[in-house]
Amino acid sequence: MTTAMVEVVGLAKRYEAVRAVDGIDFTLAPGEVVGLLGGNGAGKTTTIAMLLGLLVPSAGRVRIFGQDFLAHRHRCLPRMNFSSPYVDLPNRLTVEQNLAVYARLYGVADRKARIAELARDLDIADLLDRPSGKLSSGQKTRLALAKALVNRPSLLLLDEPTASLDPDTADWVRGYLERYRRESGAAILLASHNMAEVERLCDRVLMMKAGRIVDRGRPEELLARYGRQNLEQVFLDIARDRAQGQAAAS
Amino acid sequence: MSGSAGRILALLLRHGYVLRSSLTRALEIAYWPTMQMLVWGFMSVFLAGKTSYVAQAFGVLLSGALLWDVLFRGQLGVCVSFLEEMWSRNLCHLFVSPLRPWEMMVGLMALSVMRLLIGIVPAAALCGLFYGFDVTSLGWPLLGFFVGLIVMGWGIGLVVCGLIMRYGMAAESLAWLLGFALMPVTGIYYPVAVLPEWLQALAWTLPSAYMFEGMRAVVVEGQFRADLMLQGLALDVVWLAGGCAGFMALFEAARRHGQLLQQGE
Repeated sequence: MTTAMVEVVGLAKRYEAVRAVDGIDFTLAPGEVVGLLGGNGAGKTTTIAMLLGLLVPSAGRVRIFGQDFLAHRHRCLPRMNFSSPYVDLPNRLTVEQNLAVYARLYGVADRKARIAELARDLDIADLLDRPSGKLSSGQKTRLALAKALVNRPSLLLLDEPTASLDPDTADWVRGYLERYRRESGAAILLASHNMAEVERLCDRVLMMKAGRIVDRGRPEELLARYGRQNLEQVFLDIARDRAQGQAAAS
Repeated sequence: MSGSAGRILALLLRHGYVLRSSLTRALEIAYWPTMQMLVWGFMSVFLAGKTSYVAQAFGVLLSGALLWDVLFRGQLGVCVSFLEEMWSRNLCHLFVSPLRPWEMMVGLMALSVMRLLIGIVPAAALCGLFYGFDVTSLGWPLLGFFVGLIVMGWGIGLVVCGLIMRYGMAAESLAWLLGFALMPVTGIYYPVAVLPEWLQALAWTLPSAYMFEGMRAVVVEGQFRADLMLQGLALDVVWLAGGCAGFMALFEAARRHGQLLQQGE
Protein backbone atom coordinates (compact mmCIF):
# COMPACT_ATOMS: atom_id res chain seq x y z
CA MET A 1 0.00 0.00 0.00
CA THR A 2 1.32 3.44 -0.93
CA THR A 3 1.45 6.07 1.80
CA ALA A 4 -0.59 9.15 0.89
CA MET A 5 1.51 12.17 -0.02
CA VAL A 6 -1.37 14.43 0.93
CA GLU A 7 -4.05 13.51 3.45
CA VAL A 8 -6.87 15.98 4.07
CA VAL A 9 -9.44 15.28 6.77
CA GLY A 10 -12.46 17.44 7.62
CA LEU A 11 -10.88 20.55 6.07
CA ALA A 12 -13.10 23.60 6.41
CA LYS A 13 -12.88 27.34 5.97
CA ARG A 14 -15.63 29.61 7.20
CA TYR A 15 -15.87 33.38 6.84
CA GLU A 16 -18.52 34.24 9.44
CA ALA A 17 -21.71 32.73 7.94
CA VAL A 18 -20.10 31.71 4.63
CA ARG A 19 -18.73 28.16 4.36
CA ALA A 20 -16.11 28.50 1.62
CA VAL A 21 -14.92 24.93 2.21
CA ASP A 22 -17.11 22.68 4.29
CA GLY A 23 -15.40 19.64 5.73
CA ILE A 24 -13.71 17.93 2.81
CA ASP A 25 -11.63 14.73 2.88
CA PHE A 26 -9.30 13.41 0.23
CA THR A 27 -5.88 11.90 -0.32
CA LEU A 28 -3.27 12.22 -3.01
CA ALA A 29 -0.80 9.40 -3.65
CA PRO A 30 2.72 9.79 -5.09
CA GLY A 31 2.58 10.07 -8.86
CA GLU A 32 -1.15 10.67 -8.88
CA VAL A 33 -2.90 13.58 -10.59
CA VAL A 34 -6.14 14.61 -8.91
CA GLY A 35 -8.44 17.20 -10.41
CA LEU A 36 -10.50 19.65 -8.37
CA LEU A 37 -13.52 20.49 -10.48
CA GLY A 38 -16.26 22.93 -9.70
CA GLY A 39 -17.87 26.18 -10.69
CA ASN A 40 -16.86 29.62 -9.52
CA GLY A 41 -16.99 29.81 -5.73
CA ALA A 42 -17.03 26.02 -5.33
CA GLY A 43 -14.00 26.20 -3.01
CA LYS A 44 -11.20 24.98 -5.30
CA THR A 45 -8.88 27.96 -4.87
CA THR A 46 -9.62 28.14 -1.14
CA THR A 47 -8.66 24.47 -0.82
CA ILE A 48 -5.39 25.02 -2.70
CA ALA A 49 -4.63 28.11 -0.59
CA MET A 50 -5.02 26.06 2.60
CA LEU A 51 -2.72 23.37 1.19
CA LEU A 52 -0.12 26.06 0.49
CA GLY A 53 -0.35 27.68 3.92
CA LEU A 54 -1.70 30.96 2.55
CA LEU A 55 -4.93 30.46 4.42
CA VAL A 56 -5.53 29.06 7.90
CA PRO A 57 -8.36 26.49 7.96
CA SER A 58 -11.23 26.90 10.40
CA ALA A 59 -11.17 23.15 11.06
CA GLY A 60 -9.59 19.96 9.83
CA ARG A 61 -6.27 18.27 9.42
CA VAL A 62 -3.72 18.33 6.58
CA ARG A 63 -0.78 15.96 6.41
CA ILE A 64 1.74 16.39 3.60
CA PHE A 65 4.74 14.06 3.23
CA GLY A 66 3.60 12.56 6.55
CA GLN A 67 4.02 15.88 8.37
CA ASP A 68 1.36 17.93 10.12
CA PHE A 69 1.29 20.71 7.52
CA LEU A 70 -0.66 23.19 9.62
CA ALA A 71 1.94 23.03 12.38
CA HIS A 72 5.10 22.60 10.30
CA ARG A 73 4.42 23.97 6.83
CA HIS A 74 7.99 25.17 6.33
CA ARG A 75 9.21 21.56 6.53
CA CYS A 76 6.99 20.70 3.55
CA LEU A 77 7.18 23.81 1.37
CA PRO A 78 10.71 23.16 -0.01
CA ARG A 79 9.33 20.01 -1.71
CA MET A 80 6.18 21.69 -3.02
CA ASN A 81 5.48 24.35 -5.61
CA PHE A 82 2.60 26.21 -7.13
CA SER A 83 1.52 27.89 -10.33
CA SER A 84 -1.43 30.08 -11.16
CA PRO A 85 -2.04 32.47 -14.03
CA TYR A 86 -3.55 34.87 -11.49
CA VAL A 87 -0.29 35.38 -9.59
CA ASP A 88 2.50 37.21 -11.38
CA LEU A 89 6.24 37.05 -11.15
CA PRO A 90 8.04 40.42 -10.95
CA ASN A 91 7.66 42.02 -14.37
CA ARG A 92 10.86 44.07 -14.19
CA LEU A 93 13.06 41.04 -13.65
CA THR A 94 14.20 39.05 -16.63
CA VAL A 95 13.16 35.45 -17.03
CA GLU A 96 16.58 34.28 -15.86
CA GLN A 97 16.62 36.64 -12.86
CA ASN A 98 13.19 35.43 -11.75
CA LEU A 99 14.28 31.81 -11.99
CA ALA A 100 17.56 32.58 -10.19
CA VAL A 101 15.70 34.27 -7.32
CA TYR A 102 13.25 31.39 -6.91
CA ALA A 103 16.00 28.79 -7.26
CA ARG A 104 17.71 30.46 -4.29
CA LEU A 105 14.47 30.71 -2.32
CA TYR A 106 13.90 26.97 -2.79
CA GLY A 107 17.51 26.14 -1.96
CA VAL A 108 18.30 24.60 -5.35
CA ALA A 109 21.95 23.54 -5.25
CA ASP A 110 22.75 23.43 -8.98
CA ARG A 111 20.97 26.66 -9.89
CA LYS A 112 22.64 27.41 -13.22
CA ALA A 113 22.31 23.86 -14.47
CA ARG A 114 18.68 23.67 -13.35
CA ILE A 115 17.77 26.96 -15.05
CA ALA A 116 19.50 25.81 -18.25
CA GLU A 117 17.62 22.49 -18.08
CA LEU A 118 14.26 24.21 -17.58
CA ALA A 119 15.03 26.74 -20.32
CA ARG A 120 15.70 23.88 -22.73
CA ASP A 121 12.71 21.75 -21.64
CA LEU A 122 10.22 24.62 -21.62
CA ASP A 123 11.61 26.28 -24.71
CA ILE A 124 12.42 29.57 -23.01
CA ALA A 125 16.17 29.67 -23.67
CA ASP A 126 15.71 32.58 -26.10
CA LEU A 127 13.70 34.48 -23.53
CA LEU A 128 16.11 34.32 -20.60
CA ASP A 129 17.28 37.94 -21.02
CA ARG A 130 13.82 39.33 -21.65
CA PRO A 131 11.91 41.18 -18.87
CA SER A 132 9.04 38.99 -17.69
CA GLY A 133 6.61 41.87 -18.21
CA LYS A 134 7.30 41.77 -21.95
CA LEU A 135 6.33 38.14 -22.45
CA SER A 136 3.18 36.96 -24.20
CA SER A 137 0.55 34.99 -22.22
CA GLY A 138 1.93 31.69 -23.49
CA GLN A 139 5.50 32.67 -22.64
CA LYS A 140 4.42 33.83 -19.18
CA THR A 141 2.74 30.49 -18.60
CA ARG A 142 5.93 28.67 -19.54
CA LEU A 143 7.89 30.92 -17.15
CA ALA A 144 5.34 30.27 -14.38
CA LEU A 145 5.71 26.55 -15.02
CA ALA A 146 9.51 26.84 -14.94
CA LYS A 147 9.28 28.63 -11.60
CA ALA A 148 6.89 25.95 -10.32
CA LEU A 149 9.34 23.20 -11.32
CA VAL A 150 12.58 24.93 -10.33
CA ASN A 151 12.90 22.87 -7.13
CA ARG A 152 11.81 19.58 -8.78
CA PRO A 153 8.75 19.45 -6.51
CA SER A 154 7.29 16.17 -5.32
CA LEU A 155 3.94 17.90 -4.95
CA LEU A 156 2.69 20.42 -7.48
CA LEU A 157 -0.43 22.51 -6.96
CA LEU A 158 -1.80 24.07 -10.12
CA ASP A 159 -4.65 26.54 -10.27
CA GLU A 160 -6.06 26.63 -13.81
CA PRO A 161 -2.63 26.24 -15.43
CA THR A 162 -3.90 26.68 -19.00
CA ALA A 163 -6.41 29.48 -18.46
CA SER A 164 -6.23 32.13 -21.21
CA LEU A 165 -3.88 30.06 -23.38
CA ASP A 166 -4.48 29.29 -27.04
CA PRO A 167 -5.30 25.60 -27.74
CA ASP A 168 -1.83 24.86 -29.10
CA THR A 169 0.03 26.26 -26.08
CA ALA A 170 -2.48 24.69 -23.68
CA ASP A 171 -1.95 21.30 -25.31
CA TRP A 172 1.81 21.74 -25.05
CA VAL A 173 1.55 22.58 -21.32
CA ARG A 174 -0.60 19.51 -20.68
CA GLY A 175 1.89 17.35 -22.52
CA TYR A 176 4.73 18.77 -20.45
CA LEU A 177 2.88 18.15 -17.19
CA GLU A 178 2.19 14.55 -18.21
CA ARG A 179 5.88 14.08 -18.92
CA TYR A 180 6.96 15.69 -15.65
CA ARG A 181 4.61 13.48 -13.66
CA ARG A 182 5.82 10.37 -15.50
CA GLU A 183 9.51 11.16 -15.09
CA SER A 184 9.49 12.58 -11.57
CA GLY A 185 6.71 10.60 -9.91
CA ALA A 186 5.36 13.87 -8.51
CA ALA A 187 1.79 14.19 -7.32
CA ILE A 188 -0.27 16.96 -8.86
CA LEU A 189 -3.41 18.63 -7.56
CA LEU A 190 -5.04 20.47 -10.43
CA ALA A 191 -7.89 22.96 -10.13
CA SER A 192 -9.46 23.56 -13.50
CA HIS A 193 -12.57 24.56 -15.41
CA ASN A 194 -11.27 22.83 -18.50
CA MET A 195 -12.95 19.42 -18.67
CA ALA A 196 -10.87 18.11 -21.57
CA GLU A 197 -7.75 18.93 -19.59
CA VAL A 198 -9.05 17.12 -16.52
CA GLU A 199 -10.03 14.05 -18.56
CA ARG A 200 -6.60 13.93 -20.15
CA LEU A 201 -4.45 14.54 -17.08
CA CYS A 202 -6.30 13.32 -14.01
CA ASP A 203 -6.37 9.87 -12.47
CA ARG A 204 -9.18 10.94 -10.16
CA VAL A 205 -11.56 13.85 -9.99
CA LEU A 206 -13.10 15.58 -6.97
CA MET A 207 -16.29 17.39 -7.92
CA MET A 208 -16.81 20.41 -5.67
CA LYS A 209 -19.90 22.47 -5.13
CA ALA A 210 -20.61 25.08 -2.45
CA GLY A 211 -17.52 24.09 -0.52
CA ARG A 212 -18.22 20.36 -0.42
CA ILE A 213 -16.99 17.41 -2.44
CA VAL A 214 -20.24 16.21 -3.94
CA ASP A 215 -18.82 13.37 -6.01
CA ARG A 216 -15.51 11.73 -6.74
CA GLY A 217 -13.94 9.00 -8.81
CA ARG A 218 -11.94 8.18 -11.91
CA PRO A 219 -13.11 10.15 -14.95
CA GLU A 220 -14.48 6.99 -16.60
CA GLU A 221 -16.33 6.05 -13.38
CA LEU A 222 -18.01 9.46 -13.27
CA LEU A 223 -18.98 9.23 -16.94
CA ALA A 224 -20.54 5.82 -16.34
CA ARG A 225 -22.27 6.90 -13.13
CA TYR A 226 -23.95 9.88 -14.81
CA GLY A 227 -24.41 8.14 -18.15
CA ARG A 228 -22.56 10.91 -19.95
CA GLN A 229 -20.10 11.15 -22.82
CA ASN A 230 -17.74 13.66 -21.26
CA LEU A 231 -16.93 15.39 -17.99
CA GLU A 232 -18.44 18.67 -19.13
CA GLN A 233 -21.87 17.03 -19.12
CA VAL A 234 -21.17 15.55 -15.68
CA PHE A 235 -20.08 18.97 -14.49
CA LEU A 236 -23.35 20.51 -15.74
CA ASP A 237 -25.41 17.76 -14.12
CA ILE A 238 -23.79 18.48 -10.79
CA ALA A 239 -23.92 22.25 -11.20
CA ARG A 240 -27.64 22.05 -12.05
CA ASP A 241 -28.43 19.60 -9.25
CA ARG A 242 -29.49 16.78 -11.52
CA ALA A 243 -29.30 13.48 -9.65
CA GLN A 244 -27.19 10.68 -11.11
CA GLY A 245 -30.26 8.68 -12.21
CA GLN A 246 -31.92 11.66 -13.85
CA ALA A 247 -28.83 12.86 -15.60
CA ALA A 248 -28.76 10.46 -18.50
CA ALA A 249 -32.49 10.86 -19.14
CA SER A 250 -32.37 14.66 -19.29
CA MET B 1 24.86 29.81 0.58
CA SER B 2 21.82 27.83 1.71
CA GLY B 3 19.06 27.87 4.32
CA SER B 4 17.91 31.15 5.81
CA ALA B 5 20.92 33.13 4.57
CA GLY B 6 20.31 31.92 1.01
CA ARG B 7 16.65 32.90 1.12
CA ILE B 8 17.42 36.34 2.55
CA LEU B 9 20.06 36.79 -0.15
CA ALA B 10 17.43 35.84 -2.75
CA LEU B 11 15.26 38.73 -1.55
CA LEU B 12 18.20 41.13 -1.72
CA LEU B 13 19.08 39.92 -5.21
CA ARG B 14 15.49 40.33 -6.38
CA HIS B 15 15.48 44.01 -5.37
CA GLY B 16 19.08 44.49 -6.48
CA TYR B 17 18.10 43.37 -9.98
CA VAL B 18 15.31 45.97 -10.08
CA LEU B 19 17.62 48.78 -8.98
CA ARG B 20 20.34 47.67 -11.38
CA SER B 21 17.94 47.65 -14.29
CA SER B 22 16.45 51.05 -13.53
CA LEU B 23 18.71 54.04 -13.08
CA THR B 24 15.58 56.15 -12.61
CA ARG B 25 14.68 54.20 -9.48
CA ALA B 26 18.14 54.56 -8.00
CA LEU B 27 18.09 58.31 -8.73
CA GLU B 28 14.62 58.60 -7.23
CA ILE B 29 15.89 57.09 -3.97
CA ALA B 30 18.65 59.72 -3.80
CA TYR B 31 16.49 62.60 -5.03
CA TRP B 32 14.49 63.58 -1.93
CA PRO B 33 17.32 63.36 0.62
CA THR B 34 19.45 65.48 -1.69
CA MET B 35 16.70 68.08 -2.13
CA GLN B 36 16.10 68.19 1.61
CA MET B 37 19.79 68.62 2.26
CA LEU B 38 20.05 71.47 -0.23
CA VAL B 39 17.07 73.32 1.28
CA TRP B 40 18.29 72.95 4.85
CA GLY B 41 21.82 73.82 3.80
CA PHE B 42 20.80 77.17 2.29
CA MET B 43 18.50 77.78 5.26
CA SER B 44 21.46 77.17 7.58
CA VAL B 45 23.64 79.56 5.58
CA PHE B 46 20.93 82.21 5.85
CA LEU B 47 20.22 81.66 9.55
CA ALA B 48 23.91 81.52 10.45
CA GLY B 49 24.10 85.22 9.63
CA LYS B 50 21.02 86.01 11.71
CA THR B 51 21.16 83.87 14.84
CA SER B 52 24.04 83.10 17.12
CA TYR B 53 22.68 79.57 17.78
CA VAL B 54 23.10 78.47 14.18
CA ALA B 55 26.26 80.51 13.77
CA GLN B 56 27.87 78.67 16.69
CA ALA B 57 26.69 75.26 15.58
CA PHE B 58 26.28 75.47 11.81
CA GLY B 59 25.68 71.76 11.38
CA VAL B 60 22.78 71.46 13.80
CA LEU B 61 20.03 71.82 11.18
CA LEU B 62 21.92 69.86 8.54
CA SER B 63 22.63 67.02 10.98
CA GLY B 64 18.97 67.06 12.01
CA ALA B 65 17.83 66.85 8.39
CA LEU B 66 20.28 64.07 7.60
CA LEU B 67 19.41 62.01 10.68
CA TRP B 68 15.69 62.51 10.12
CA ASP B 69 16.25 60.94 6.73
CA VAL B 70 17.88 57.95 8.41
CA LEU B 71 14.69 57.40 10.42
CA PHE B 72 12.21 58.20 7.69
CA ARG B 73 14.03 56.54 4.78
CA GLY B 74 14.83 53.56 7.00
CA GLN B 75 11.11 53.08 7.62
CA LEU B 76 10.22 53.83 4.01
CA GLY B 77 12.87 51.39 2.78
CA VAL B 78 11.15 48.54 4.64
CA CYS B 79 7.70 49.59 3.41
CA VAL B 80 8.57 50.28 -0.22
CA SER B 81 10.49 47.01 -0.59
CA PHE B 82 7.41 45.22 0.75
CA LEU B 83 5.07 47.26 -1.44
CA GLU B 84 7.19 46.30 -4.48
CA GLU B 85 6.08 42.72 -3.86
CA MET B 86 2.45 43.83 -3.58
CA TRP B 87 2.61 46.00 -6.69
CA SER B 88 4.18 43.18 -8.69
CA ARG B 89 1.65 40.68 -7.27
CA ASN B 90 4.54 38.47 -6.17
CA LEU B 91 3.71 38.20 -2.46
CA CYS B 92 1.72 35.01 -2.89
CA HIS B 93 4.68 33.25 -4.56
CA LEU B 94 6.99 34.38 -1.77
CA PHE B 95 4.75 33.15 1.03
CA VAL B 96 4.26 29.71 -0.54
CA SER B 97 8.03 29.36 -0.93
CA PRO B 98 10.18 28.16 1.99
CA LEU B 99 10.82 31.82 2.92
CA ARG B 100 9.83 32.24 6.56
CA PRO B 101 8.20 35.46 7.79
CA TRP B 102 11.19 36.30 10.01
CA GLU B 103 13.49 35.87 7.02
CA MET B 104 11.33 38.30 5.10
CA MET B 105 11.61 40.77 7.99
CA VAL B 106 15.41 40.47 8.03
CA GLY B 107 15.47 40.85 4.25
CA LEU B 108 13.32 43.99 4.42
CA MET B 109 15.61 45.50 7.05
CA ALA B 110 18.69 44.73 4.95
CA LEU B 111 16.99 46.29 1.92
CA SER B 112 16.21 49.34 3.99
CA VAL B 113 19.93 49.78 4.74
CA MET B 114 20.72 49.35 1.03
CA ARG B 115 18.17 51.95 -0.03
CA LEU B 116 19.14 54.31 2.76
CA LEU B 117 22.80 54.28 1.77
CA ILE B 118 21.89 54.95 -1.87
CA GLY B 119 19.77 57.86 -0.62
CA ILE B 120 21.89 59.60 1.97
CA VAL B 121 25.50 59.06 0.92
CA PRO B 122 25.15 61.42 -2.08
CA ALA B 123 23.24 63.91 0.10
CA ALA B 124 25.93 63.84 2.79
CA ALA B 125 28.64 64.24 0.14
CA LEU B 126 26.85 67.28 -1.33
CA CYS B 127 26.62 68.72 2.16
CA GLY B 128 30.40 68.79 2.36
CA LEU B 129 30.74 70.12 -1.17
CA PHE B 130 28.22 72.96 -0.92
CA TYR B 131 28.41 74.02 2.73
CA GLY B 132 31.73 72.65 3.90
CA PHE B 133 29.93 70.61 6.55
CA ASP B 134 31.38 67.14 7.01
CA VAL B 135 28.79 64.98 8.71
CA THR B 136 31.50 62.57 9.87
CA SER B 137 32.72 65.40 12.09
CA LEU B 138 30.08 64.12 14.51
CA GLY B 139 32.58 61.33 15.16
CA TRP B 140 31.73 57.79 16.19
CA PRO B 141 28.46 58.83 17.90
CA LEU B 142 27.16 59.25 14.34
CA LEU B 143 27.15 55.47 14.05
CA GLY B 144 25.08 55.22 17.25
CA PHE B 145 22.60 57.84 15.98
CA PHE B 146 22.37 55.98 12.67
CA VAL B 147 21.67 52.65 14.35
CA GLY B 148 19.26 54.15 16.88
CA LEU B 149 17.21 55.88 14.20
CA ILE B 150 17.14 53.17 11.54
CA VAL B 151 16.10 50.54 14.09
CA MET B 152 13.15 52.70 15.12
CA GLY B 153 12.31 53.13 11.42
CA TRP B 154 12.34 49.33 11.00
CA GLY B 155 9.93 48.91 13.92
CA ILE B 156 7.44 51.34 12.37
CA GLY B 157 7.97 49.95 8.86
CA LEU B 158 7.31 46.35 9.91
CA VAL B 159 4.01 47.30 11.54
CA VAL B 160 2.99 49.22 8.40
CA CYS B 161 3.83 46.13 6.28
CA GLY B 162 1.67 44.05 8.61
CA LEU B 163 -1.20 46.51 8.26
CA ILE B 164 -0.87 46.41 4.46
CA MET B 165 -1.02 42.59 4.54
CA ARG B 166 -4.06 42.63 6.81
CA TYR B 167 -6.01 45.53 5.32
CA GLY B 168 -4.68 45.58 1.77
CA MET B 169 -3.56 48.53 -0.30
CA ALA B 170 -5.94 50.80 1.64
CA ALA B 171 -3.18 50.92 4.26
CA GLU B 172 -0.52 51.85 1.70
CA SER B 173 -0.58 55.56 2.50
CA LEU B 174 0.49 54.76 6.07
CA ALA B 175 3.93 54.04 4.65
CA TRP B 176 4.33 57.76 3.93
CA LEU B 177 2.14 59.23 6.67
CA LEU B 178 3.17 57.42 9.81
CA GLY B 179 6.78 58.60 9.89
CA PHE B 180 5.75 62.22 9.34
CA ALA B 181 3.22 61.96 12.17
CA LEU B 182 6.13 61.65 14.60
CA MET B 183 8.07 64.54 13.09
CA PRO B 184 6.66 67.37 15.26
CA VAL B 185 7.23 65.59 18.56
CA THR B 186 10.59 63.96 18.02
CA GLY B 187 12.72 67.10 18.35
CA ILE B 188 14.59 67.04 15.07
CA TYR B 189 15.26 70.76 14.78
CA TYR B 190 14.39 71.93 18.31
CA PRO B 191 14.80 70.50 21.80
CA VAL B 192 12.05 68.35 23.28
CA ALA B 193 11.84 70.94 26.08
CA VAL B 194 10.00 73.38 23.78
CA LEU B 195 7.04 71.00 23.53
CA PRO B 196 4.08 71.24 25.92
CA GLU B 197 4.62 68.99 28.92
CA TRP B 198 2.11 66.35 27.83
CA LEU B 199 3.79 66.11 24.44
CA GLN B 200 7.20 65.85 26.09
CA ALA B 201 5.99 62.73 27.86
CA LEU B 202 5.04 61.29 24.47
CA ALA B 203 8.33 62.40 22.89
CA TRP B 204 10.38 60.54 25.51
CA THR B 205 8.75 57.27 24.46
CA LEU B 206 10.40 57.69 21.05
CA PRO B 207 14.00 56.47 20.63
CA SER B 208 14.45 59.25 18.08
CA ALA B 209 13.96 61.98 20.69
CA TYR B 210 17.03 60.69 22.58
CA MET B 211 19.05 60.48 19.36
CA PHE B 212 18.24 64.04 18.25
CA GLU B 213 18.93 65.43 21.74
CA GLY B 214 22.19 63.51 21.71
CA MET B 215 23.03 64.88 18.27
CA ARG B 216 22.48 68.48 19.48
CA ALA B 217 24.67 67.81 22.51
CA VAL B 218 27.51 66.75 20.17
CA VAL B 219 27.07 69.54 17.60
CA VAL B 220 26.24 72.46 19.92
CA GLU B 221 28.06 71.57 23.14
CA GLY B 222 30.70 69.22 21.77
CA GLN B 223 29.63 66.67 24.36
CA PHE B 224 28.63 63.03 23.88
CA ARG B 225 25.71 62.07 26.13
CA ALA B 226 26.05 58.31 26.72
CA ASP B 227 22.92 58.37 28.90
CA LEU B 228 20.77 59.58 25.99
CA MET B 229 22.32 57.06 23.61
CA LEU B 230 21.74 54.13 25.98
CA GLN B 231 18.15 55.13 26.77
CA GLY B 232 17.42 55.54 23.06
CA LEU B 233 18.94 52.16 22.16
CA ALA B 234 17.06 50.46 25.01
CA LEU B 235 13.80 51.91 23.68
CA ASP B 236 14.81 50.76 20.20
CA VAL B 237 14.80 47.17 21.43
CA VAL B 238 11.19 47.66 22.56
CA TRP B 239 10.18 49.34 19.26
CA LEU B 240 11.82 46.68 17.10
CA ALA B 241 10.36 43.85 19.17
CA GLY B 242 6.97 45.54 18.87
CA GLY B 243 7.44 45.90 15.10
CA CYS B 244 8.35 42.22 14.66
CA ALA B 245 5.48 41.08 16.92
CA GLY B 246 3.07 43.37 15.04
CA PHE B 247 4.23 42.05 11.66
CA MET B 248 3.79 38.43 12.77
CA ALA B 249 0.39 39.04 14.41
CA LEU B 250 -0.94 40.87 11.34
CA PHE B 251 0.55 38.24 9.00
CA GLU B 252 -1.28 35.50 10.91
CA ALA B 253 -4.48 37.58 10.90
CA ALA B 254 -4.11 38.03 7.12
CA ARG B 255 -3.72 34.25 6.76
CA ARG B 256 -6.87 33.67 8.82
CA HIS B 257 -8.91 36.19 6.86
CA GLY B 258 -7.69 35.15 3.41
CA GLN B 259 -6.03 38.49 2.70
CA LEU B 260 -2.82 36.98 1.29
CA LEU B 261 -4.88 35.09 -1.24
CA GLN B 262 -6.80 38.16 -2.35
CA GLN B 263 -3.64 40.19 -2.73
CA GLY B 264 -2.14 37.44 -4.82
CA GLU B 265 -5.04 37.33 -7.19
